[in-house]
Amino acid sequence: MTTEASAQVPLVGKFRGMGVVPMFGLLLVALVLAWIVINFVKELEASTNVLFIGITQGAIYALVALGYTLVYGILELINFAHGDVFMLGGMISATFATSVFGLESGASGADWLLVVLTLLITMLLCGTINASIELIAYRPLRGAPRLAPLITAIGMSFILQDIALAWKGPNFISVPDILPKGRIFHIGGVVYQWNKLIVVLITVPVLIGLVYLVQNTRQGKAMRATAQDMDAAAMMGINVNRTISFTFLIAGSLAGAAGLLYALYVTNVRYDQGFQLGLIAFTAAVLGGIGNLPGAVLGALLIGLIQAFNEGFKWHAPGSDWTQSIVFSILILILVFRPEGLLGERTPEGA
Amino acid sequence: MAWAKTAERTDAVRTSIRDQRNRFRALPQRTRWAIWLAVELVAVIVISVIDTSLGVAAVAILTVLWVPKIADLRLRAAVEVALVVFLYIAAQSWTDLIVDPQHTAWMVAAIGLGLTWVPPAWRRIAVPAVVGALAIGYPYYVDDLFTIPLLGPFPDVRTGVVMLVYIMMAIGLNIVVGYAGLLDLGYVAFYAMGAYTVAWFASLQFAGETASGAAKRTVHFGAVGIDPKLGGFHISIWLLLVLAGIVTALAGVIIGLPTLRLRGDYLAIVTLGFGEILPQVARNGDNFLGTGRNLTNGPNGITPIDAPGFGTHLHDWTGGVLPANYLTVTHADRIFFWTALLLVGITIFCSWRLRDSRLGRAWIAIREDETAAAAMGVPLMRTKTWAYATGAFFGGVAGAYYASFKSATFPGDFFFNISVFILCMVILGGMGNIWGVILGASFLAYLDQAGLANTGSWLNNNLNVNIDVPLYEFGIFGVILLVVMLFRPEGLIPSARRAAEFHEGVSDEPLYDQTH
Repeated sequence: MTTEASAQVPLVGKFRGMGVVPMFGLLLVALVLAWIVINFVKELEASTNVLFIGITQGAIYALVALGYTLVYGILELINFAHGDVFMLGGMISATFATSVFGLESGASGADWLLVVLTLLITMLLCGTINASIELIAYRPLRGAPRLAPLITAIGMSFILQDIALAWKGPNFISVPDILPKGRIFHIGGVVYQWNKLIVVLITVPVLIGLVYLVQNTRQGKAMRATAQDMDAAAMMGINVNRTISFTFLIAGSLAGAAGLLYALYVTNVRYDQGFQLGLIAFTAAVLGGIGNLPGAVLGALLIGLIQAFNEGFKWHAPGSDWTQSIVFSILILILVFRPEGLLGERTPEGA
Repeated sequence: MAWAKTAERTDAVRTSIRDQRNRFRALPQRTRWAIWLAVELVAVIVISVIDTSLGVAAVAILTVLWVPKIADLRLRAAVEVALVVFLYIAAQSWTDLIVDPQHTAWMVAAIGLGLTWVPPAWRRIAVPAVVGALAIGYPYYVDDLFTIPLLGPFPDVRTGVVMLVYIMMAIGLNIVVGYAGLLDLGYVAFYAMGAYTVAWFASLQFAGETASGAAKRTVHFGAVGIDPKLGGFHISIWLLLVLAGIVTALAGVIIGLPTLRLRGDYLAIVTLGFGEILPQVARNGDNFLGTGRNLTNGPNGITPIDAPGFGTHLHDWTGGVLPANYLTVTHADRIFFWTALLLVGITIFCSWRLRDSRLGRAWIAIREDETAAAAMGVPLMRTKTWAYATGAFFGGVAGAYYASFKSATFPGDFFFNISVFILCMVILGGMGNIWGVILGASFLAYLDQAGLANTGSWLNNNLNVNIDVPLYEFGIFGVILLVVMLFRPEGLIPSARRAAEFHEGVSDEPLYDQTH
């Protein structure tokens, strides 16, 4: 459709070749776009604020979605426990920030070092947890029917939730409000605050580093080879088990970083938050094209925006009660209309 | 890298465990049995120190397991009779040792051991017949049954109905997961649809209100025990059970058609999404998509829902055998129980006949190797969709019956957890095996309803701890899923075919798993 040849075909002819299903999909996208535009026109300032919230949320989703995409790319396994590793990341960082480092709301200059230290500890611990999950629950099942590791993944997810439940109890744990709330700019009613920018500022270098790791390093090469063909990679002298462990380590540390950011941004964590958010992040990964790193970020930003629009817009927005339904409907719609995702490539298997 | 060392060491431990197990299996039978007996003896002594009645139960269970191994038939018969007599005497006289005075353990042992004497050719009929008879008579003797050590008393009839509903759902899910090998993580959605179908068409939900306060809609068809002037839809529950099944089966087709062409794990995630959407629709349906329409009454749920019944006409015609209205009978629980039992029976029969049909064999072919099945001419899409629709049908009927039984339906009943709960039943019992699934479903449903709380209080009393065990129910289910998949992926009662698949694996031995 976007090839040069089709650009010369008159508009009507361009659509005639399409099936009913893609046409319906395009219509849907057009309606959503129209809704967004109308909202922006009606209330520009409020809508722009909503847009900023969406970008921040998208950045957090992106970190989690990257973990899903990395693991799926290499093992073709939906790691259901990933969202719960993210939740544990929030718990761990909350514990370290308050109990160990004694941080309180409104941190000053020197405290930032401690926040960074917390981030590093959380990433390390979550990476180790995720790699251990692979070692315990997925590694013995390689070569088993595909159903088997999926089922252990769900089991692992529930186990992690209950570990957090036993550790922190069933209530929300409050996290000190460390991120600065100062305004970066303030134009009319549009306000952009530091806490929103910091989340984005952490996500971007992580993504760049990750892409560099996968594209340019030896380890990344091993990861790509393992993802393509495990047996062939093993014959080329790649330690497949170690590569997979490394992938889970990276994915887990990303989830840990996301957990910290989420905990600091939302300022509370609970044992059952991970599963829901994990599903939303997985939707983002599918939307962008699973196995594709920039795709995961793009998908996460889109999902973050859609969620923020749905919850923040004034004109005909279904509201936060329906966020989940909307996100999962998107998931189903993508799988129907474009299973390879926005940036993914169509494979013979159809997804 | 320290991590790599740890990982390699774990792999080495795994290999050595496997070697040890193989070496143990290679020992002569006598030595193996001697080792087993020694281990069991130690276990029994340890258990008896903690709780005497638990120790007695352990001895009884182990004896029942060991006795059929005796080769000499006369000796075996003698030991079995002695065991039953011993249990009988123990029940009569050792009331101080065995905590519970009302004992029927000897009867259970007698029936169980008796069944081992049935020739294998007849066992396929005898076992279901005995189990069925015991189930039908259950309401009559449940009060006289002994207390299961650790788990508490046998479930009462009301709990029994809930367990039967779960069994029905587990058998339905087994068609999708066990036969066709498709992972459905949103089964609860079908359950919810069934429940809401009944809730809509057998309650006051759509009565509406005119300016004068009278009901706007009054549609009655075969409902029993309802004032004919009462507003809303009131359709006979029997029709609604079928309708709910059909509606959910159609929903299954609608969900399945676009997604079944994708690979299995995508289906899992789509069904999961679907299973998350529906409860949310139910929860927020009192203001559907912000339009102000009240579809589901939101978190308050829809209640009351009409009870099933056969009407006075059929009641009189059968001479009072069929109850006119389930709520007005003396033992309403029993009637609900038997009806549920009948529904489960129908489900078992359908599931069993379907498995051996052309369609069922196609399901199993797809499960074992999709590409090969397609090459042999099995239409993938149609076959998978049928599996999906059939599974959905039973889920819908189960939900519909449950709603009518509880006379209410709430969005809180349909969390994602329930889907995993039912999946856990199927996996624990044995994917693809009806008997295994029934066993897994009864055990876990009982655990959920009463057993876990009892076990928790037992633990807290005897081990001097303070753990709220039911709080960790789903963590326990998670452990069950993990342990079963890792150590016995074919479940407690495996279907031979499924077990072979899991142990041979579907692909060749992977190269990269070799240990150096």
